Amino acid sequence: MIEFKLPSLGADMDQGKLLEWKVKPGDVVKRGQVVAVVDTSKAAVEVEIWQDGTLLEQLVPIGETVPVGTVLATLLQPGETPEQAALHKREAPAARPAPKPAAPAAAVAAPSAAPLAQRRPVSPAARKRASELKLDIDKVAGSGPHGAVTIEDVEKAAARAAPAPADRYAEMRKAIAAAMSRSKREIPHYYLSETIPMQRAAEWLARENEKRPVTERVLIGALQLKAVALALAKAPELNGFWLNGAFQPASGVHIGIAISIRQGGLIAPAIHDVDKKSLVELMRALGDLVSRARAGSLRSSEMSDPTITVTNLGDQGVEAVFGVIYPPQVALVGFGRLETRPWAEGGELRAVPLVTASLSADHRASDGIRGARFLAELRERLQHPEEL
Amino acid sequence: MNEPEIKARVLEIIKSIAPELEEGELRADRPLRDQIDLDSMDWLNVLIAVHEKLHVDIPEADYGKLVTLDKLVAYLRDKLAQRAA
Repeated sequence: MIEFKLPSLGADMDQGKLLEWKVKPGDVVKRGQVVAVVDTSKAAVEVEIWQDGTLLEQLVPIGETVPVGTVLATLLQPGETPEQAALHKREAPAARPAPKPAAPAAAVAAPSAAPLAQRRPVSPAARKRASELKLDIDKVAGSGPHGAVTIEDVEKAAARAAPAPADRYAEMRKAIAAAMSRSKREIPHYYLSETIPMQRAAEWLARENEKRPVTERVLIGALQLKAVALALAKAPELNGFWLNGAFQPASGVHIGIAISIRQGGLIAPAIHDVDKKSLVELMRALGDLVSRARAGSLRSSEMSDPTITVTNLGDQGVEAVFGVIYPPQVALVGFGRLETRPWAEGGELRAVPLVTASLSADHRASDGIRGARFLAELRERLQHPEEL
Repeated sequence: MNEPEIKARVLEIIKSIAPELEEGELRADRPLRDQIDLDSMDWLNVLIAVHEKLHVDIPEADYGKLVTLDKLVAYLRDKLAQRAA
């Protein structure tokens, strides 16, 4: 039997509210499939499963908020029978010994209160709870006998009501505050910066984009991302996690992209295997990620496994950014604006587009010399844009 | 398509990318991207939407001519007129 647990969706998230089941008991699921949608303080996250199986039982009803690690559902492994699973269950009891029945489908908020509905029995406790939750009791559908509205119906209806944007912003602010305070409390940051000439990259990109239709144009930010991913090969101590007092290198390069949300706030979901993607693939992934992050629709794998973060504040016009590391990651790379300034090279002074790249790194996991090697490699990679 | 029609289509596109835009607050003769905080990804998305909805492909070399809403609309008007001719 497989236990499908709520995964961790980043350092600033320790619980989630189940919004939707995408599969029902008896459905066959494939590795990588989205099986549920969970609301966090930052976004509605589509939670994927990483094993093949058949859904046996949903253990958490819609609307319930549960901590990370809670078993959300049980699944049969391919070839396993429900009897074998029951045997397994007796041997190793699940984290939730008393599974609750799935929420009855009838208990959704009625679109409009029909006159008849007002005569339904409503328990005094349910009425009181509805008033506490500032919910219109007439709009709550009842699941009890004769359509009676129970306290449970009220709570489920309240859970379903989408949080107001102001609440969402306040929640996101709190989550950012918690993660960033933890970072500055626990991580001894060191900072390095390097001015990188971008003439070759900018000229190469202009020539490339001239040949491409607008739908396939590449932004200089994508070049920078790819260069970061490739340069990390020279500094693996910057790509991974600090967990339980030790550095754990990551197996892939999954770059968290700091994306500002228009209504305020910030989210940094990952693009996976950036070092293996072509620039066009990277642009597509970036465009898709930005639009989904802003629409508040991300996947659990994007939230849970960035191995390093990149922030680019060049569009906002700053020269350089020295960021705060997102734990348990150990490094953050920042890019400022692209600007033409005087630059001396080979004894000559010329006007050259330049960008300041910075590195914030965790001194527990790496030393300045490694960070310096990374920035030197990043500069070098950006001098050979055709190889990115 | 006349200029007011083009302007309405362009505003529609910009609103799909920056939904918080208040049309009344937008000065058509001032730099567009500063007023509504369009980053380079947003700007590229505006141009992709222009390509899809008005079928005008704007080369990167022309970005510099399209600083304000007025200039973007005039540019599209000329391109559409050229095509009709």
